[in-house]
Amino acid sequence: MLEINGLTVSVAGKEILKDLNLSVAADEVHAIMGPNGSGKSTLSYVLAGREGYDITAGSVLYRGQDLLALKPEIRAREGLFLAFQYPVEIPGVGSATFLKTAVNAIRKHRGEKEFDAMEFLKIMREKRDGLGISEEMMRRALNVGFSGGEKKRNEVLQMALLEPYLAVLDETDSGLDIDALRVAADGINSLRSPERAMIVITHYQRLLEYVVPDYVHVMADGQVVRSGGKELALELEENGYSGVGDKAEAAA
Amino acid sequence: MGAVLPRASRASRSIDLPYAAKFAASRVDFPGGDLPWLTSGRDVAMARFSELGLPSQKVEDWKYSNLSPLAKSDFTGPDRKAADAARDEVAQRFPKESAAGRLVFINGMLDGSLSVLGNLPTGVRVIGLADAMTGESDLLKAEMDAMPVLSGHALAALNAAFMADGCLIILEPEAELALELLFVAAPDVGAVAYHPHISIAAGAGSRLALGEQHASLGDIEYWSNPVTAMRLGEAAQMRHYKLQEESGRAWQTALTKARLAAGATYENFIVTTGGRYARNEIEVVLEGAGAFCELGGSFLLADEQQVDNRLQVDHIAADCTSRQTYKGVLDERSHGVFQGKTIVRRDAQKSDGNQLSRALLLSPNAIMDAKPELEIYADDVKCSHGATVGELDVEQMFYLRARGIDEASARNLLIAAFMEEHLQSITDNAARDWLRGAVSGWLAQRLSGGDG
Repeated sequence: MLEINGLTVSVAGKEILKDLNLSVAADEVHAIMGPNGSGKSTLSYVLAGREGYDITAGSVLYRGQDLLALKPEIRAREGLFLAFQYPVEIPGVGSATFLKTAVNAIRKHRGEKEFDAMEFLKIMREKRDGLGISEEMMRRALNVGFSGGEKKRNEVLQMALLEPYLAVLDETDSGLDIDALRVAADGINSLRSPERAMIVITHYQRLLEYVVPDYVHVMADGQVVRSGGKELALELEENGYSGVGDKAEAAA
Repeated sequence: MGAVLPRASRASRSIDLPYAAKFAASRVDFPGGDLPWLTSGRDVAMARFSELGLPSQKVEDWKYSNLSPLAKSDFTGPDRKAADAARDEVAQRFPKESAAGRLVFINGMLDGSLSVLGNLPTGVRVIGLADAMTGESDLLKAEMDAMPVLSGHALAALNAAFMADGCLIILEPEAELALELLFVAAPDVGAVAYHPHISIAAGAGSRLALGEQHASLGDIEYWSNPVTAMRLGEAAQMRHYKLQEESGRAWQTALTKARLAAGATYENFIVTTGGRYARNEIEVVLEGAGAFCELGGSFLLADEQQVDNRLQVDHIAADCTSRQTYKGVLDERSHGVFQGKTIVRRDAQKSDGNQLSRALLLSPNAIMDAKPELEIYADDVKCSHGATVGELDVEQMFYLRARGIDEASARNLLIAAFMEEHLQSITDNAARDWLRGAVSGWLAQRLSGGDG
């Protein structure tokens, strides 16, 4: 699904990712943990194609394609999805209109028939019910006036509608209380499938109690410094991140 | 450096416009020529205009507008025969769609057969200005005297000298009226200039919805110089919407003056997509406590179009609220201007006023000038102003693209959203849909399509 080799990225002359390696196969859930400033969010933005990052070395192969050569919208249409840590508010764009435009752009790219308004509303209703998102919320402008929890649930709804092959969830748990976290986690879990992979970026172990990963990687200073199974997350919870860089044993 | 320019090369405060001779030649032919008060009023106005001249960029209020090309075109008065010849096409192109009354002006002259004034509600009078000059001159004089508009404004003076048609709208207290004014420019022998005068008196508690549409038949050059003067009585409510989609060679210099009594409400929203040059000048005086005025505008320009929006709200009484919000989308070499002024007089305590100018530049050659001004003499007021000029937000663009929406479509979506957010401030649903249609039409035509 995803092969990151020696990825080195700098922002305004400062190296943020340094020779990063990561391999993710279908049906797997990988958690990426690490302290603030370790480069976790940069990795998610580079994968999604945000501007402003200089890729100075390395490669990213996604489903057999050179991911870094693709425009952000093509990456999305090819099934890569980034759940934003800070979803952007867009006044004047209705949530439902936006979702329909996005879903149809992706369906068209995949050679599937675009949904008409009725079909789309039906599918949206099915998906949003499970996430506790009201119809009223969908009538509002995109993310405008949404609470922190509503924004994150809206990201999960988008993921459910866009049916990606690879979902990158950037701190989807931050700002959620425990009930909202459960709802979001249930939404994420319901999307686990043999054709789909997920990269769950989180600062805390909390989300991983609900979305149980197959692998856990620890990032520090722009590199993966430790990788292990789900028990690694618990170890980090107990001991914190201090010293993870020193104990580096397997940089994938 | 520091050299003193020879006197002759300094720009003058006015541009010569050879109108005095034209005025002298047609003075006797204007409607109402048998009314001494009107004729002498025209003479005074012409003398005033000759003294002031067409404003040059030396005049502060006009500093962003170069009117000198106006002086180079030889505008003539409209010909009735040319207007009559355009009647069928006007009827066909602008079918009447709502139940409201409608006055149709072709080249500034009221077309009786296209206008619909049957079944006006009780307590309402709507009279064509030329008709009033012949049949209702006392009423006309009373209305014009009640709302003098000259006061040093050169183009208002020109209007007062040359006005040939327009209308009087009078609402008795508690009366209600919905009216459309359609101004269509039609081909004439040459470029025509016309100076409509609209006079509105809305009695206490009355409600008036006025929709103005300004358009043209074909890509013709003309100059429309309308003056609208209105008085809103206590607690009167007026909704005033204007769509300006004139020819790309048209000049429009519009002046609107409104006086609001206590508790009166005035909502104005202007969408401008047309014209080579358009001046939307609005002066509102909040004379009675608790009056409310909201001035909104959207302008969408391309080519070398220019729109100069000049707004002034004068808070004289206490507890009044005013809002000025103008948003523009500027493409190619177009030029947008926002000059907003809010004056709060010494006794206008608890005034609430704000001004906002926002523009999106779609081309590096487009220009936006914004000059929001507050002039405050009272101490207990809440006033704010702001102006932004920019390009599309990169974070919003990335968010949309990260969901599979291509760059061109994302851009179009954000531009439409920028306008849509503003159009939502229009209170009247039908008017909002009407104006939204014009905005979407412009966007659909101008913006390059996305691939899905």
